[in-house]
Amino acid sequence: MDYFLQLFLSGTAKGSIYALISLGYTMVYGIVQLINFAHGEIYMIGGFTALILGGYLFTLGLPVPLVLVLSIFAAVVFSSAYGFTIERLAYRPLRNKPRLSALISAIGISMILQNFVLLMQTEKYLAFPSYLPELSFLEPVTEYINSTQVIILGTTSVIMILLTVLIKFTRIGKAMRATAQDTNMAQLVGINVNQVISVTFVIGSALAAIGGVLICSYMGQINYYIGFVAGIKAFVAAVLGGIGSIPGAVIGSFILGWTESLGTGYISSDYEDAFAFIILILILILKPAGVLGKNQNQKV
Amino acid sequence: MVFSIVAVIASAGFAQSGTIRIGVAGAHSGDLASYGLPSVKAAELVVADVNARGGINGKQIELVIEDDQCKPEVATNTASKIVSKDVSAVIGHICSGATKAALGIYKDSKVVTISPSATNPPLTQSGEYPNFFRTIAPDDAQAKLAVAFIKDKLKLKTLAVLHDKGDYGKGFAELCKQAAEASGIKVVLFEGVNPGAPDYSAIVNKIGKSKAAGVVWGGYHPEASKLVQQMRAKSIKIPFVSDDGVKDDTFISVAGKYAEGVYATGPKDTSTNPLAVKAVADHKAKYKEEPGAFFLNAYAATMAVVNAIEKAKSTQYEAIVKALQSEYVETPLGKISFDKRGDVIGFGFSVYQVQKGKYVELK
Repeated sequence: MDYFLQLFLSGTAKGSIYALISLGYTMVYGIVQLINFAHGEIYMIGGFTALILGGYLFTLGLPVPLVLVLSIFAAVVFSSAYGFTIERLAYRPLRNKPRLSALISAIGISMILQNFVLLMQTEKYLAFPSYLPELSFLEPVTEYINSTQVIILGTTSVIMILLTVLIKFTRIGKAMRATAQDTNMAQLVGINVNQVISVTFVIGSALAAIGGVLICSYMGQINYYIGFVAGIKAFVAAVLGGIGSIPGAVIGSFILGWTESLGTGYISSDYEDAFAFIILILILILKPAGVLGKNQNQKV
Repeated sequence: MVFSIVAVIASAGFAQSGTIRIGVAGAHSGDLASYGLPSVKAAELVVADVNARGGINGKQIELVIEDDQCKPEVATNTASKIVSKDVSAVIGHICSGATKAALGIYKDSKVVTISPSATNPPLTQSGEYPNFFRTIAPDDAQAKLAVAFIKDKLKLKTLAVLHDKGDYGKGFAELCKQAAEASGIKVVLFEGVNPGAPDYSAIVNKIGKSKAAGVVWGGYHPEASKLVQQMRAKSIKIPFVSDDGVKDDTFISVAGKYAEGVYATGPKDTSTNPLAVKAVADHKAKYKEEPGAFFLNAYAATMAVVNAIEKAKSTQYEAIVKALQSEYVETPLGKISFDKRGDVIGFGFSVYQVQKGKYVELK
């Protein structure tokens, strides 16, 4: 039982890592119907921004909590700028073209960003300092869960709630939903669709940046390639939960985390990915739109 | 027929053009680029020296540098590209999997290949690739040393053996398992983990449950640092023993305080060898940084090739092979030559431990 609890909490921690990335993924898909393969790279760029600025501020002798806040802020601003620009340059010109064009454009952007960071920064793995506080009340239970995991879990929950509120209850959220339902009709009733989509990308990228800072703090390292693996897993989680659904992304991530963790613990980590994809296949067979996805008729 | 005549004329034309071409292949981009780029720099430094003193028997050396990203499927293309440029020898490749994929092509074209870093044992021991040499000892030498160290010095009775499912990591892990079982150590856990995953806490729980007295990791440093960090975070304080994929200063800088006490096997310390001192100084002068992984091995490999061509007075395949196996050459690794299978003579492995942020050779 004790062992099960350990594995379950490991899975929860892992799930919240996936969720942090897949929230932004699923939000962009929900509004624009575009699988933004560059999302993982935005997350990586967020991590790098925080590393560079955080290191600089730390050497200036600023207190650690201030360094953390400022570097997260910088990461969010920087990544949002990237998200905004990518949408303008690579996706907007393709909006009325076949969907495959935008998808391929997204893959291209992902490669460009990876190689950009490889060339401008380094090919090496770099140490990522953890500016996150150690929560002392967790000391007796570090065998089960540690501070960083709790912080990631908490952040994921808060972001999920805020996003849901944003989309359900605010003016811009309403505009987002309208854009998602029918872009032309939304324009006819006076919604500035371009602006709404830009905002969507900015928020999605900001989330990726927060994820980048927290997850890199957890791993203790960063490299230009981390976005790729994380992006794939987050994508699986988003599809599992029903892509486009915000609570779905979180549930999908937890299912993925638990499956991998329990599968590793009770069977073998050799088949970790196999477990993840078996679950994905099972859910897609039983519920093709994902756990919380709505069955939509394909728009013509 | 016409084509082959054209090809013969073309290659004859190359041979008379007055330069000797040497290929350099390995990961120059991708996530293992830090293992491959130092070799390029090593080859460039040696070639600059040789060319400055007049080249080999009056001929200048020209490098043909190609990237394989450590991916076997890319490596075959890389090899074909290098072969098509009429090289006399190749320094590379870097990763064992990519090397294996490329070797068939070099063998068919009769090109001598010297890897500074591919440690997978069958590459030499199978006898399949008579054109293959390496300036690093094979994994089984490393695994045998690691297990002997665990048994005699650490005196552990049980082990958990983990690997990254790659040719190199899994190869090392399996050899450790065999060696451990042969010497009476019980392997209580043997598993592969996903490289690049953000979190290894589940497998760390499993290590805790297995009650292993020590962990052996077969693989590279990015995963090793996450594993050690997450083990220590869960207060699992058992010894962590790994391979030369971890014996890299990047591991210490990334794992930070968690690296303390980690054991890794790696090539014998050559830092007092005058040639090694010169090579490192040249590197610092030219590139303004410390050399990276396998730099000296690649330096030695390039020197061995240059020496073999010089002694053989020919760029013919058979002559180079004979010279490599019969001539000793002074390199940063010491005075080396190669045995009939292609393994290096005069150079081997030691066990290192991270002490106060540095790898220290244990005697």
